[in-house]
Amino acid sequence: MNQQPFVRIFTAPATLCAVGFLAAMAAVLQYSLRAYVPGSLDPGGLTLANFADLLKPLYARVFLDTVVVCAMTAVVTLIVGYPLAYALVRVEQPILRSILLVIVVTPLFLGEVVRTYAWIIVLGNNGFINSLLMSLGLIGKPLQLMFTSFGVVVALVHVTLPVMVIMLAAGLSHIDRDYPRAAESLGAGPIRVFLTVTLPLSLPGVVAGTTTAFAWTFSAFATPQLIGGGRVNMISNLVYQLGFSSFNFPFAATLCVAGLALTALVLGLLRLASRPLRKIEVH
Amino acid sequence: MTPRSTYQKVLGWIGLLTVFVIVAFLILPAAVVTIAAFNDKPILSFPPQTWSWRWFGRALAYEDFRQGFFNGLIVTTWSSTIALCVGGMFAFVIDRYEFPLKSAIEGILISPLVIPHFTVGLGFLILAAQVGLSRGFAIVVICHVILVLPFVLRSVYVSLRNLDQSYEHAASSLGAGPLRVLATVTLPLLLPGLVSGWLFAAILSFNEFTASLFVTSQRTQTLPVAMYNYVREFADPSMAALSVMYIVGTAALIAFANAFLGLGKVLNIEQSH
Repeated sequence: MNQQPFVRIFTAPATLCAVGFLAAMAAVLQYSLRAYVPGSLDPGGLTLANFADLLKPLYARVFLDTVVVCAMTAVVTLIVGYPLAYALVRVEQPILRSILLVIVVTPLFLGEVVRTYAWIIVLGNNGFINSLLMSLGLIGKPLQLMFTSFGVVVALVHVTLPVMVIMLAAGLSHIDRDYPRAAESLGAGPIRVFLTVTLPLSLPGVVAGTTTAFAWTFSAFATPQLIGGGRVNMISNLVYQLGFSSFNFPFAATLCVAGLALTALVLGLLRLASRPLRKIEVH
Repeated sequence: MTPRSTYQKVLGWIGLLTVFVIVAFLILPAAVVTIAAFNDKPILSFPPQTWSWRWFGRALAYEDFRQGFFNGLIVTTWSSTIALCVGGMFAFVIDRYEFPLKSAIEGILISPLVIPHFTVGLGFLILAAQVGLSRGFAIVVICHVILVLPFVLRSVYVSLRNLDQSYEHAASSLGAGPLRVLATVTLPLLLPGLVSGWLFAAILSFNEFTASLFVTSQRTQTLPVAMYNYVREFADPSMAALSVMYIVGTAALIAFANAFLGLGKVLNIEQSH
């Protein structure tokens, strides 16, 4: 049967979307190479000056901060997410499993603004944590949790946790349960079974989860903006500020291009580092 | 009781406690927001001295929230429906046929998953200015279609993979034309995947914030953008009340989707036996 009756009609709208998206990305690339004309919304002539400006300490600093925040978030999310993913895969009771699944998945769909707002209430000076600690008499004056990298990372971990758990759970659920059972029957204790069988077999999921967590954190805007309050700046905040406060769209576009290059680099390195893992991937 | 089983029990309890703490961390913000929403005072304080429902009324009456909600409905309905049609058709042809540029188009359409939303938003903002498109609903809908397409593609593709093609072969061997097979056999069998793909897309679109901040204007701002602007200007519990409604609504939708479609299958985390 070599009929392809729908191919052309069915691919046309998707091709149109792909072209539109490429055009938008090309627009960013094109703006990144144009000069900024103060006071005008239209860009000037072609230039590489924007990319040279990236090396200024102010901007290099934001790049470094962004990478540090993303890396910390990815690692903490991995550590916190693993036990939860393990529980999600292993829980047998359907009701408990559904409850756990809804608790894990709901935050994924809540959007960044609602979740960030909730964390402001938890972390603020009159917020939940400070009020609790003060009424217990543990601290005399409120701890500074807002406007710190600590606060930003805590909130970002909460934002990325659902994706991490889903990716880890996908990896864990595809491990044939006969492997750990075989190790058990040969006399290995539960910790040994976990460390030598389950954990190595779940590494592809770990790589996928960490990669996605990094990319998602990189994309975060509301969390660093509202909880960082200008004291913790990420590339996203700088892009918005440049675009909508100083209307310097060319430099905002340059930051986007540099950000994309940086993400590609980090993801590429992660992929390279995980290459030996392909061998143990379960089919 | 042997020592080994005591040891395993202790390990089990430690594991349970760990999971409990993590679940508490996940729920904490939602719980705290709920308490804050019922605080009668206009400023934040824990625990609230007096309780009231009044912030719920204020949130529902606030003009920007109302407009954001209805704008969101317009954008979500259009973008998730368009994404379902475009993505559904394309998932069908990538599952069944080989054609030129197949993997290139697929790659481009999947890439918004790893491209930061602020970059996508900025791109469409500039593009709209370049082609002379005003900042109306069209550009917001186009931007959202691109952002939710990867999820629709995946959802439909997974159900196509699980589809037993022998039904289609049976229908065509009995003389049904390709269009008739598609409409009367393939589509009905795909329905759960299409519904979950649409739902996925709709929830994501309704909640999308960063790209929307770039491409919406005062007139077209969606609910998350209106909420963001509110948080930056005011500190009263109206936003907490709205958040509670949001959380309850979303959790109900997810529970519904789980009961009828089986989230575990959609997310590919069912234990294999």
